[in-house]
Amino acid sequence: MTAATLSELPPASGRKAQRKRPTRRVLPGFNLTLGYTILYLSLIVLIPLSALVFKTFTLSWEQFWAAVSSPRVMASYQLTFGASFIAALVNVFFGLLVAWVLVRYPFPGKKVIDALVDLPFALPTAVAGIALTALLAGNGWVGQVLEPQGIKLAFNRNGIVIALIFIGLPFVVRTVQPVLEDAEKELEEAATCLGATRWQTFRYVIFPTIAPALLTGFAMAFARAIGEYGSVIFIAGNMPMISEITPLIIIGKLEQYDYAGATAVAVVMLVISFVLLLLINALQAWQRRRAGASS
Amino acid sequence: MSSTQTSRRTQAGTTEPAWVKWTLIALALSFIFLFLILPLAAVFTEALRKGFGAYLDALQEPDAWTAIRLTLITAAIAVPLNLVFGVAAAWAIAKFEFRGKAFLTTLVDLPFSVSPVVAGLVYVLLFGAHGWIGPWLQAHDIKIVFAVPGIVLATVFVTFPFIARELIPLMQAQGTEEEQAAMVLGANGWQIFWHVTLPNIKWGLVYGVILCNARAMGEFGAVSVVSGHIRGQTNTMPLHVEILYNEYQSVAAFAVASLLALLAVLTLLIKSAVEWQFERDQKAAALLPPENPGR
Repeated sequence: MTAATLSELPPASGRKAQRKRPTRRVLPGFNLTLGYTILYLSLIVLIPLSALVFKTFTLSWEQFWAAVSSPRVMASYQLTFGASFIAALVNVFFGLLVAWVLVRYPFPGKKVIDALVDLPFALPTAVAGIALTALLAGNGWVGQVLEPQGIKLAFNRNGIVIALIFIGLPFVVRTVQPVLEDAEKELEEAATCLGATRWQTFRYVIFPTIAPALLTGFAMAFARAIGEYGSVIFIAGNMPMISEITPLIIIGKLEQYDYAGATAVAVVMLVISFVLLLLINALQAWQRRRAGASS
Repeated sequence: MSSTQTSRRTQAGTTEPAWVKWTLIALALSFIFLFLILPLAAVFTEALRKGFGAYLDALQEPDAWTAIRLTLITAAIAVPLNLVFGVAAAWAIAKFEFRGKAFLTTLVDLPFSVSPVVAGLVYVLLFGAHGWIGPWLQAHDIKIVFAVPGIVLATVFVTFPFIARELIPLMQAQGTEEEQAAMVLGANGWQIFWHVTLPNIKWGLVYGVILCNARAMGEFGAVSVVSGHIRGQTNTMPLHVEILYNEYQSVAAFAVASLLALLAVLTLLIKSAVEWQFERDQKAAALLPPENPGR
């Protein structure tokens, strides 16, 4: 970013004073907008979330531990993380493929496909859930082909993974696509001139450039999949210990008025999502540094 | 003659053989077809399974109408709130330097990584009958949870970052030079914003608003926790879809779902149009003579 803000400009008194002196803010509205931002953020996000954390303090450690580590809850973590991991991995592969095809090859209908990639962002999750269920159930378009072969994709763990693949697809495509667009063709030409095969060029020249973006996309798809609820519950079958995801555990506890138990599990999920958010931020910073170093 | 030959040779060095290219395109398109086009098509075929008359009948149910109205009201409150916040946050974060800016930006992103179910739960813990200020609210006969205000709050939470996230990178990239020029010319804060900043960010703003709106109308998990599912009163469209689906009223469920799917398609269309406009504006700007060659 080359656009210098006024506060970055060295003052007339010389460079050394620049760091120590509080920066002068020339444009109006700083206090108003920052104040409003912090107020609104606190009211909508921070205070409600801290209410969640404080609520867990009303539990003893034993109660908390019992709530978050009962066998049924443990099975749900395993399922949620496992399914999210597989789905994110599939998304890395197909997301890269789709991004590659969209950036590198011209073909008819490309603009429509490009726009369609964002469908999972725009389509309400409940609609996605019932649509996928209708497709994969025994009487659905896909289900009636696969079920006679003994492949069941709905009302079990397979369905969960498929719903999560749907939800996570745009994340990988949209993080990799701009990096592929900016990748310099000269490097590939140089590799070819030096005698590399096309595969070697991909493996040693292109892949390292897009690896940070792929990892970021993976983390984003994974983070989204862990919290996903709407698209999964219709297709999962929701059998305790087998196909019950963690968000559904929270709902179940709430329906039994077990507020303390629901809160405890929710705090575990909140901590995990906060860690993932920090990880994604670090990955994006790494990606920007890599992009800055290469250009 | 020789020049066409060399260009063909470099071409061959940076593209794949035709069969690889078409295999990759075919793979990517099959994936898109299976995961995006088929589910979308399934929504409409399931909705029209019993003919157009049954489809229209399903949409004319009074409960469906209340759900549609509640969804529109919710979005009409949540989107403007987050629009004002998004502009304020982007102004503070993009136009000024201050301590803790990176941390603030991370916090703005936080609602994206929190599971919708957890988002709904925090409002139940705050405002529910067993919550912190629940008893006080009950004493004053104010209903938030299991009523419309709770639905609006949960929607505001999950759509919180959409507009801010679009605007912050856009305004950061544009810098502050134009605003400073306007100030030197004697414009006040509002004039700077209306006449200088707003025209520069209008496409980003539209983009953020339509994505925010799509999510606000389609949110399921968070709203499901706070709504209480009172038919004809606190059901939004996605919740109404769930109820109909669980009652095996498949045609009715998919009929309401088809409205949401149409909304998603419309969102994608507007989004593509905005991207196209934005690119055109950028190209037009690039054609202008450079004002500041040092950049």
